This record gives sequence, structure tokens and C-alpha cells, in this order.
Amino acid sequence: MFFGLSEEQEQFQDYVKKFLADNVTVDEIRKIANGEDEALAKEIYSGLINLGINALLVPEEHGGLGADLLSAVAVAQGLGAGVGPIPFAGAYVMAPIAINLAGSDEQKAKYLPQIVSNETKFGVGLSEYVAAREDAGIDLSGGKANGKALFVIDGDEADYFLLANKGGVLFLVDAKDKGIEINKLTSVDKTRSYLELNLKNVAAEILLESENNPEIAKKVLDAGRIIFAADSLGASESMIEKAVSYAKERKQFNRVIGSFQAVKHMCAEMASDLEPCYAMLWQAAHSFDHEPDEARLQACQAKSHISEVAKMVSKKATEVHGGMGFTDLLGLHYWFKRIGLNRQLLGGPELIREEAAEIQGFNQ
Amino acid sequence: MDLNYGAEYEDFRKEVQAFCKEYQGVSFKSDSNVVADALNSSSATKKSKKEVTRSEWQQILIEKGYIARAIPKEYGGYGGETDIIKSRIIATEFSKAKVPGGMGGQGIDMLVPTLLEWGSEEQKQKYIRPTLHGEMIWCQGYSEPNAGSDLASLQTKGELIDGNWVINGQKIWTSTAQYSQMMFCLVRTEPQAPKHSGISFILIPMDTPGIEIRPLVDMTLKAGFNEVFFDDVTVPEENIVAKRGEGWSVANSVLGHERGSLADPNATMNRLNTLINMMKEQTIDGRRLIDIPSYRDRLMQVQGKVMASQAHSLRLLSSKINPGQNVKLGGMIQKLVGTELRHELEGLAIDVLGEIGTLYEDSPYLKEDGSFQFTYMYFLGLIIGGGTNQIQKNIISERGLGMPKEPKVTEAS
Repeated sequence: MFFGLSEEQEQFQDYVKKFLADNVTVDEIRKIANGEDEALAKEIYSGLINLGINALLVPEEHGGLGADLLSAVAVAQGLGAGVGPIPFAGAYVMAPIAINLAGSDEQKAKYLPQIVSNETKFGVGLSEYVAAREDAGIDLSGGKANGKALFVIDGDEADYFLLANKGGVLFLVDAKDKGIEINKLTSVDKTRSYLELNLKNVAAEILLESENNPEIAKKVLDAGRIIFAADSLGASESMIEKAVSYAKERKQFNRVIGSFQAVKHMCAEMASDLEPCYAMLWQAAHSFDHEPDEARLQACQAKSHISEVAKMVSKKATEVHGGMGFTDLLGLHYWFKRIGLNRQLLGGPELIREEAAEIQGFNQ
Repeated sequence: MDLNYGAEYEDFRKEVQAFCKEYQGVSFKSDSNVVADALNSSSATKKSKKEVTRSEWQQILIEKGYIARAIPKEYGGYGGETDIIKSRIIATEFSKAKVPGGMGGQGIDMLVPTLLEWGSEEQKQKYIRPTLHGEMIWCQGYSEPNAGSDLASLQTKGELIDGNWVINGQKIWTSTAQYSQMMFCLVRTEPQAPKHSGISFILIPMDTPGIEIRPLVDMTLKAGFNEVFFDDVTVPEENIVAKRGEGWSVANSVLGHERGSLADPNATMNRLNTLINMMKEQTIDGRRLIDIPSYRDRLMQVQGKVMASQAHSLRLLSSKINPGQNVKLGGMIQKLVGTELRHELEGLAIDVLGEIGTLYEDSPYLKEDGSFQFTYMYFLGLIIGGGTNQIQKNIISERGLGMPKEPKVTEAS
């Protein structure tokens, strides 16, 4: 019996953390977030691709690493910890899982190796499937998609978009299709892209198995939620580390502020609420691949619970930094905002808890 | 990640499940004098009656190795090896089948491990067996009116006079003192030494002349504490555990045992299930409580926390089996997180019951024997006791996060 990340998974996570720590300082994050250094953004992106994060979930027969979701979670924790300004949850987790579970043999053979070579990039928009806001929603008929997809992630350089209709039918559209109008949305979190797609008679390549089996879309959703939870966990871990080390240096009243119980207790509260989240997250990821009966509930609860803890951490860690925590100069807000976006993506805690209740047959 | 315990352990699980099935519904006779009788009765009689005394039950569990597993046979234990996975399987299966576990209490949970670590051979021979079998009940004499969180400032005095310890002073928050045969007590024996090294760990028979027990009723009006007064209480010199002045170290090893046992995730999961079932049965205006969205959302929030803490306990288990696995401050948070969570869970049950939730004791309309109110209050006691949760936060921030201690305040005259 071994409960935790394997040595390999920890190592992979360490590579990601180290790469980000070495290459992406707060100043650099700021430049990328403000769109001031495209070259740097590309360099970081390709540096992480060189580590192989894109190939993780692609089966070995299609040239990938054939790893399980827990490995992707290990990476996502690292990306969250360093607010990695690159696509991941959509492009390299949800897309390969969707294609692998719902695609035909031809589709798998076509797309999966291209994810490994990163020749083809996928943006992912499942928001309408979870909870359609405004007038979003996609109508799928006669092989054509019409309507609007909001809050599409990982789409900045996408060649294809993975979308779903309300019934959970998954399909791909070509980003170059003339019927697609792409608008950028600006969220508080400028480390990741966010799009609106307006589709008029766009050719939809349906991932057929998702039509027969509505559980597949849910599975893809679970994976995405677990990855966002992992990202928030990593970001929270970093925020606590930063708060603790700041509190050990900053002096007021001739003492380091970390010797005041008011400050110590905030740090202890953050750490002790976050600590059980590691196990919760890893268990959810493990169940995703190995314990199907537990998987959906654990994915929902991990996303909603970790989002709540991360929100608390993002607030308290900022407070520990005092006025500096509030400044752009320190850049702590990139972590704060990362947690803020993760919380809402693919369903905020209240919506997901309703789903968790439904899974257990509680709300009749 | 590998959540399998392996075939050997699955066999063990089946054995425990069979045992639990046999003893499902077992209940306790109150009369402890019938121990010997019952022990000689056939297992068939036991099974049909399913009524045993507490000490019989202890005996049955020790024979199976379900409790006292790693305690040597010569001291009345099972004489096996410590096996964390087996302990876990036992706890899980007993909890699932709602079969009562072994006795708890200060003696078994705290004194026995302490004596095994610090006691003399005579002390081990004399005290461990009757304690394990529920024949010797212990209470803990640590806190004093002026020594609570700052326990090491305790003032109860012990003087060695003519081969006896003569003890004077007062203890407080002493649960089970009125039932106990023995107390393990922290006493200041070296008044000249610095405060942490002037304390000794002394075993005191509760029928010694000069001991007065006064009940101190807590807010639940059920579980009782006591104040215990010592007036020239005289016990033999050999009743000291470890050396003079080592009491603080001895006590710290015991507190470690206590903190681990305060918040059992299996028990919390059982309470969550009780709450869920109640919310499916009870209604407001004919509508099930679980169908009311705001109640349901709070239930789901608590479920999330319970699931996190269950998973966390698996991770801690794994770290004990796999040396080198780093759980950072994973163990340190258990008392804080576990007691707060349980208090929240019980409080939610009261809220969804509304006015019904306020009922207590033997009131009509009482649900679950009033256990939600009782446990809600009881866990507030645990949040304060065993090292307050504020003290826990100091420990987590200092030892877990490496933050500096509060500077010492120079004593005002």
C-alpha cells in the first residue's frame, strides 16, 4: 500500500516547479500577462512542452506516455505553484481524454500523435455543457454547429476546439473554419487565455462514442475539474510559502511579524486546511482511473472543497503580506487570480456541490 | 498510488469481518462481578445472548489480537507485532459493522504506552495487565487551576520523606476520577530546578487517605470532570515512573498518544451517515430536510471536509508503512482539524433540526437520543482540552512552518 505521488510523479512535478522558478520570475509573468513579450511566452511554453507535459495522457500506442490522471495532477500542482502561463487542463488533459474515450480509431490515430508532437493544439469549451451563461449554447444538427461557446480555455493558439452541446455530445471544430468568430475575453487571470466563439454553420466533427455514452462528457469534465483543483492546490501551497517567509523577514514593533500569534495563527489555519487537500486530490485522481464507482463524487468534492480552501488561503496569505500583498509590485495577485479563475471554471463550488448531491441521489 | 493491502491482508479482513458478523449487536452487562462466570460460558451461549461484560469483551478482543496487539503476552497483551494495516482494517471493519471496539480511557490509551516506554519491570508487571482488562481504571492528574495551557508551571508539591512521596496540591479537569483506582500525576518534586525539569511522574492509588474528589460538571451536564485535592497524600517512593525531574518528558510522550486518538475519521464518517439518513427522514412542512437546497449545500460542504480528512488519514497511514514518505505537517494538524470538523458536523445536524435540534435529555421528539447536542458540546470541550486549538496553531506554525516563538515576557513583579 502506498498513498501518494510516486517518485516519478514527484520528480516530474519538481521539474515543472524548477523550470518555472528558474525561468519565470514575477517580472516575467507580468510581461507575459501584459502581452509585452511574445517571445518569452513562446520560450516558456516550449520549455514545458520539452518536459513532455503534452504527451502525458496520450496512450503509448499513439506515441504518448500513457500516464494516468494522477501524473497530470502532479504536473498541474507544479503549474499552479508557479502560475505557469501555458495551456494545460484543456489542451493536454481534457482534449486527449475526450478523443481517446470518444473518438473513432481514425480520429485517435489522426489527433493523438499530433498532441504528442504539439503540431495540433486544442482549445476546450465545456462551459455550456456545465452551466450556460448569457445566451451561450450550441445547437448541433446535420453535422453543423451553431451558437455560442463562452469561456473557452487554452484557445489562443488552437488549431481545433473541443466543444460540447447541452446533451454532452463532444465534437471538434477547425479553428480556421470561416464560420467561427473568435473574441478574446479578459479575465482577472492574465496567465491563461479565455475566449468566446460564435459559430455559424461550422462543420462539426463529432466524437461518435460520446453520442452513445453520455458518461464520457462527464468523465472529461471530471478530469478538467480535478486538474483545476490541482492547479489551485499548487497555487495555494505557493501562497502559504510566500506568506510564511515574508512573515519571517518583515519586522514591526522590533519583532518579525511571524512571531505574533495573530499572524502565526493565520498561517497555521491556511496550512492545516490545505494539508488534507493533497490526499483528497490524489485520491480523486486515482479513482478517476481505478475506482469508477467513487470517481464522480470524489472529483466533484475535490473541485468544490479545494476551491473553498484555496479561496481562504488566497485571502489570508495576501493579508499576511499587509499592504505589499495588495500591490502589483509584489505580484502575489497572480496567484490570487489564478485561484479565482480556477474556482469558477467548469462550475463553481455551489453548482458542483449540487451535482455531488445529485450523484448520491439526494435531491429528488 | 497503490491502495491494495495485498492478499494476506485481505484474508485478515475476511477474518475480522467474520468476527464482526458473529458479534454484531453485542451489548454490555453492567455488572463486572460476573466476569469469571461469563468467561467460562460456551461461545454458543455468548452468541445467542450477545451480552458480555466490558472486561470479557476486552479479553475476547485481546485473544484475537484486535486490541493490545503489540503488547507483550507477559503483560497481558496479545504479544504480536505492531501492524498498522491490520489496525486500520480492524478499525474500519468494526466501525462498519457497528461492533464496539476495545475500551478506551486514560489508562489504556495513555498510561500503558507510557509504562511500556518508561516504566520499571515491576511497574509493567503490576499495572499493564489489569489496565488492559478493564479492571484498573486510571485518571490523569495534569492540569491545575493555574497550570492549563502553561502546564509546566504546575505547583502540586511532592516531597520525599522517609521513603514515601508526600503530596499536597490540587488538580482539575480530572475526568473519571470518581471511578478510578489509580491516577498518574505530575508533581513538582524539584522546586529548585527550572520549571520543566522539576516535575516527576507519580502513580497514586485513589483510595489513599488525604485525597478528596469534588465533581465539576461540564456544559453537557453528562460527562463529568472533577477537582482532586491532595492533603499529605502519601505513596511509596517506587511509585515514581522514570527518574526524578523526568516527568515532563514522560508526559509529553503520553500527550502524543492522546492527540492521535482525539479525532477518528471513521467515527466522523459514521456521524455523517447518521446525519444524511436523518435528513432523508425528517421533514419541514412535509418536505425532506435534504430537499431544502441551503441545508443540502451545507451538508455537501461538510461531506467534502469529511472526505478530505478520510483521504488524509490514508496518506498518514501510508507514511507510517513507507518510511521516507514525507507528510510534512500532516500529523500535526489532526487534533485541530478533526475536532473542528466534528463540532461543525454536529452543529449542522442541530441547525437542520431547528427547534427539534434544541431538545435534550429525555424530551419528547428527541432525535438520535439527543446525541447531536451532546456531541456538539462535547467536541467544544475537545477543542479546548488536550492542548487548546490555539496551542495547536502555535505548534503547527512553530514546528510545522518554522515560525518564531513569541518572545518571552519578563515576569512583572
